[in-house]
Amino acid sequence: MSPAIELIDINKSFGDVHANRNVNLSVARGTIHGIVGENGAGKSTLMSILYGFYTADSGEIRVNGRPVAIHSSNDAITAGIGMVHQHFMLVEPLTVVENVMLGAEGGTFLRAGEAKVRAELGRLSRDYGLDIDVDATVGELSVGLQQRVEILKALYRGADILILDEPTAVLTPPEADALFTLLKALKEQGKTVILITHKLREIMAITDRVSVMRRGEMVATVETAETSPPQLAELMVGRRVLLRVEKAERAPGAPLLQVENFSVIDSRGVLRVSNVALTVHAGEIVGIAGVAGNGQSELLEALAGMRRPVLGTMRFEGREIGFDEHNPHRMRQLGLLHVPEDRLRMGLVPAFQAFESAVLGFSDDPKLGHGPLLDHDAMIEDLKAKMAHYDVRPPNPRLKSSKFSGGNQQKIVLAREIERNPRVLLVGQPTRGVDIGAIEFIHRRLIALRDAGVGILLVSVELDEIMNLSDRILTMCGGQITGERKADETDEQDLGLLMAGVTDRAA
Amino acid sequence: MEFSTIYAVLDSALRLSIPLLAACLAGLWSERSGVVDIGLEGKMLVAAFAAAAAAHAFGSAWIGLMAGIGAAVAFSLIHGFASISQRGNQIVSGVAINLLAAGLTAIVGNAWYGQGGRTPPLEGAERFQDALFGHSAPVYFALLAVPVTWFVLARTRFGLRLRAVGENPAAVDTAGISVTGLRYSAVVICGVLCGLAGTYLSVGQSAGFLNNMTAGKGFIALAALIFAKWRAWPALGACFLFGLLDAVAIRLQGIALPGIGEVPVQAIQALPYLMTIILLAGVIGTAIPPRASGVPYVKER
Repeated sequence: MSPAIELIDINKSFGDVHANRNVNLSVARGTIHGIVGENGAGKSTLMSILYGFYTADSGEIRVNGRPVAIHSSNDAITAGIGMVHQHFMLVEPLTVVENVMLGAEGGTFLRAGEAKVRAELGRLSRDYGLDIDVDATVGELSVGLQQRVEILKALYRGADILILDEPTAVLTPPEADALFTLLKALKEQGKTVILITHKLREIMAITDRVSVMRRGEMVATVETAETSPPQLAELMVGRRVLLRVEKAERAPGAPLLQVENFSVIDSRGVLRVSNVALTVHAGEIVGIAGVAGNGQSELLEALAGMRRPVLGTMRFEGREIGFDEHNPHRMRQLGLLHVPEDRLRMGLVPAFQAFESAVLGFSDDPKLGHGPLLDHDAMIEDLKAKMAHYDVRPPNPRLKSSKFSGGNQQKIVLAREIERNPRVLLVGQPTRGVDIGAIEFIHRRLIALRDAGVGILLVSVELDEIMNLSDRILTMCGGQITGERKADETDEQDLGLLMAGVTDRAA
Repeated sequence: MEFSTIYAVLDSALRLSIPLLAACLAGLWSERSGVVDIGLEGKMLVAAFAAAAAAHAFGSAWIGLMAGIGAAVAFSLIHGFASISQRGNQIVSGVAINLLAAGLTAIVGNAWYGQGGRTPPLEGAERFQDALFGHSAPVYFALLAVPVTWFVLARTRFGLRLRAVGENPAAVDTAGISVTGLRYSAVVICGVLCGLAGTYLSVGQSAGFLNNMTAGKGFIALAALIFAKWRAWPALGACFLFGLLDAVAIRLQGIALPGIGEVPVQAIQALPYLMTIILLAGVIGTAIPPRASGVPYVKER
């Protein structure tokens, strides 16, 4: 039986960047095939070529043994390829039915096609257990359900081969489990699934075979049963990496940051953080786990002084922070520093040279200037030293901030904050969009900081990260703290339930 | 107030709301597809001029309408080329269209007719005559455009795709539909309706083109569009409301109000604009535009 998909010697360049170099890939029919690789390894480009979003510079695509020319999404759909993008391709104000119909309306007037869509959706729902209200407005559905709509769209248009790009990035663990059950059901029905992910655990759990990409090249394809996460990580990075950073037991010290009764509303007046109480001690890492959008971001911003809480008290080293003190400048003076979640929007200025981004918030340091004047040489020297220390590549302080890779941008932000000797460090999504190699480095830094007696509050949507780094874990759902666990006394299922808002069974 | 007065005011309100309505629906088509159009004013103006000039030259209001539509569609395509094909800034392009239209109509008008930018007065068949209930054909075209717009957007394949492209063009692209094609279609429809609006001004309502005769109607139409939250039936209501304000303002000129006395003409003329600001600021709540409007579509990696 010929493979469902064969890619032969695919090449694609964007300007100077060779995003795909002589890539070969063969995906057997009726299997789940994983593709892993670091950011920028060329996975997304390859899949975009397969889905007709880009055209390859050279190379051949075969579907079920037959060569096909795919120049547009339409060609891909005709060839039986469907794609579930990482950022959903849904029209939020439209209903589920309208979204599914889009591009396959079945006639000039919608009424005729609609009956067919409804019948077909009913059948698909029964076959795969995809329960969904077809008249709901898509924008009002949960993220997990929106993903189902994406899958239904692809199946409705007759996809035999389904590509999923980082499908679990936005899901709660129970939602991810439901997705995997569905993917297995699809496989049993003879569909072929290509799963792009950077979570090695998912690869091990669900795929039959896995291909690894590195710097635009396909470096290996192995049977999942015959490989292991460390081996895959090594193939991805090209050297040995530690997936789990060692950390010693350490008894926490005095409480540094305490909040009680803390509530925050956003700019639209919606209550995002409700009645939160937490304490961060010296020498401990407190992790906040939760699905994106459950109030963690607002909590972090409020603690950093960027938003004022509507209610609640905040104490720093035992002293209450007054209302008029609640601003980022004052917090920084006190020693409460902040690595924001979104480095491109809040962490640095993409258009600035690196040495300018590296002094944001600290530009009044007398070492970096004289009165209102900035001393560029001093700023450059300062960043040069930090770049060497944090292994930032390329070590060029004059390069524009946006020209660095995600991991290196993050190191610049981390260096800026950590080297100011924080008492408490607030860290949001420290490794989002960061390569595995850099993740290891960043994790080591944070643990070294904790061992030096700094209190760290870590907000991350990566459960692995929370579990690896934290001494104590709080879960958030709907703006409230739904549970607290010691890191060594919990597991993923337990945290997953708390993150989904299931009340604390241990309490 | 007598019944006949009320009837006269309502009748005049309808008359005054027609150019607003056509322009407002024009904007609706463009913006629902994701192309912001602040050049409605300019397109109405070139249409008004082209229509008056052609009606005068060929002695037919209908040829005037064709010319008006042709001119407005041409300007629409300029805007489309700048904002869809070249992915330029849609506000800048719209402003350029308005400036170009204001300058071009004045200069060409003066060069052709030597009457300070006016076209020669239109008479007889050169103007649209009353067809039904004291209103001319373009009035009914504009009114008919409301249910047609609603039906096409809500009930047809083209409408579904157009609504989708204004919200999330990437979704349309991945569904295998041309974003560019849809947006150009919308922009052309916008041109046709702007042509109707402009033609009605110079060949229906008035008897010829006057310098800058749109006098901000394109912007009032945009305000009505926001007020109507980019929907066809509410657009009818919003435009009629603005037309009514205009009609009342005209009616109140020179009349002494009890307790206030005679209100200056300028204050009354400012009323519709003032109301626009008040309505937009407070009454309607948040009006959320189509999410992709104003954003050129670029395929992302």
